Amino acid sequence: MMTIRVCIGSACHLKGAYNVIQGLQKIVEERKLDNQVTIKADFCLGECTKAVSVKVDDDPIVSVDEKNVKTFFEEYVLGRL
Amino acid sequence: MRKFESNVQLIKYEVLKEVSRLAMEGTLMEEYEKIPVTIIPGPKPRTRCCIYKERAIMVERVKLAMGGDKKNSNIIEVLEIACDECPINRFTITEACRGCLAHRCSEACPVDAIFHVGQRAYINQEKCIECGRCRDVCQYNAVSDVLRPCSVACPTKALCIDPSNRKAVIDNEKCIQCGVCVIQCPFGAIMDKSFIVDVIEVLKKSKEENSHVYAVIAPAIASQFTNVKIGQVVAAIKKLGFHDVIEVALGADIVALNETHEFAQTIEEKKVMTSSCCPAFVSYIEKCYPEFLDNISTSVSPMIAISRLIKNMDEQAKVIFIGPCTAKKAEMNQEDIKGSTDYVLTFEELCAMIDAAGIKIEECEEAKLNNASFFGRIFARSGGLTEAVKHVLKEENLQVDFKPITCDGIAECDKTLKIAKAGRLQGNFIEGMACKGGCIGGAASLHRRPKDRKEVDKYGELAIEKGIKDSLRIFEVNEIDLHRHYEKAFKKK
Repeated sequence: MMTIRVCIGSACHLKGAYNVIQGLQKIVEERKLDNQVTIKADFCLGECTKAVSVKVDDDPIVSVDEKNVKTFFEEYVLGRL
Repeated sequence: MRKFESNVQLIKYEVLKEVSRLAMEGTLMEEYEKIPVTIIPGPKPRTRCCIYKERAIMVERVKLAMGGDKKNSNIIEVLEIACDECPINRFTITEACRGCLAHRCSEACPVDAIFHVGQRAYINQEKCIECGRCRDVCQYNAVSDVLRPCSVACPTKALCIDPSNRKAVIDNEKCIQCGVCVIQCPFGAIMDKSFIVDVIEVLKKSKEENSHVYAVIAPAIASQFTNVKIGQVVAAIKKLGFHDVIEVALGADIVALNETHEFAQTIEEKKVMTSSCCPAFVSYIEKCYPEFLDNISTSVSPMIAISRLIKNMDEQAKVIFIGPCTAKKAEMNQEDIKGSTDYVLTFEELCAMIDAAGIKIEECEEAKLNNASFFGRIFARSGGLTEAVKHVLKEENLQVDFKPITCDGIAECDKTLKIAKAGRLQGNFIEGMACKGGCIGGAASLHRRPKDRKEVDKYGELAIEKGIKDSLRIFEVNEIDLHRHYEKAFKKK
């Protein structure tokens, strides 16, 4: 099971973290990956400058925005499943 | 130097700051006995008769700042030595008495308590029933009417006087911990216990264990800091070692949604429902109108909701509430919700901690704070909860007859509950806030100004999530227990 943590601290929230989460949820649903990927919201991952901060398992934080959710998913998640 | 409403607040702040400083240094246990001398260096006293009395009072203040009497379950305590034994006798005849011929005072007195000696009238205090008729008839205004400020302020008559030493005593059975006496006592002889030392210890420990301590901040923050931006205060709080700062208003969003659903589902059976977010109001019902216990909304308060939400997401989390309220300090330990919020701090205590750590708020870069909707944010003022419920009813198109009565301050709460008791209430929902204006008028606010309400609304407008549904769209609110069990909370010990 892979966990994607999306920061929803204030800085990330303002940059559209909720939309990133909903975007990811949609992709997971569309591709029927529910039992392979969990999406979790987290208050402050500690890298507010990278808003929206997203972390796949224990990997370094990646900066994602609502427009590049799909590219992010393909690049950082899909290949590892 | 910070500006305070009165010297009472200033001196409390000085004590809290010194206690915080020593706790942060880790020398509190060795050094706390020196605090009275540090604050009252002498040789001249600040306001009392001598520095020795001032220092003796300071010893008591330090004790309260360090958590107070552990055996006393009440969060509010009287500093016996600081109590100036204000007059007990309400009416006395002053020098303005001219010793007139008419003697309207004794004519008016229904119990024959006024007598005349020489050219002056006197009141026999044993007989006086404090009706005030002598005051009303005296044409020289010679009858002075003095009530103890603490007793006048207390809405539940919990403040009584020990006849043996004329000191104020709090009857814990009656006290609702609203804290109004803390602000009203002109001698600063009543104080709320502080968890500031515990919080500093939790923060230290979190550094060693690499765990997270969250500060959840009440929406009343909007009106608190006037010379600095809220973002700068948030940055300062993070510098104290908190992992993140989150708005309690997000908890208010959760509560508004839950309470609206509860209202829609139960109002037919309950007939009247009251709000439950103000702990002093809930306590007031428990103590003065127990017949309405089953009418209190069983929704937890925003403080508990946000604490549980955070702990649901981060199991190791410690949550510290920061707000303008003394009653929240008592709420957090109530049996049915204990363990959700770890400690409660007030805005006064927050300032003391920030200053003790040498953090200059005005030099901090602005951090962001935006977790809630407009409606969650306006919970800080009277009428906010009602607007939030209306909003949810409209959004969800729920067809229920919602007839709210907004009670601003404990006097209005009492009046409305009295009417409800008589069965003549022109409504079915009572929003009760013990402090005038709502939380922004709280006993542990830094100040209470007429424009505070506007500040809250202005701040509310800045929320990026406009509606409650938007604000909660990514949270699994269903996973959090949002129900209170008052029978457990108010079980007689």
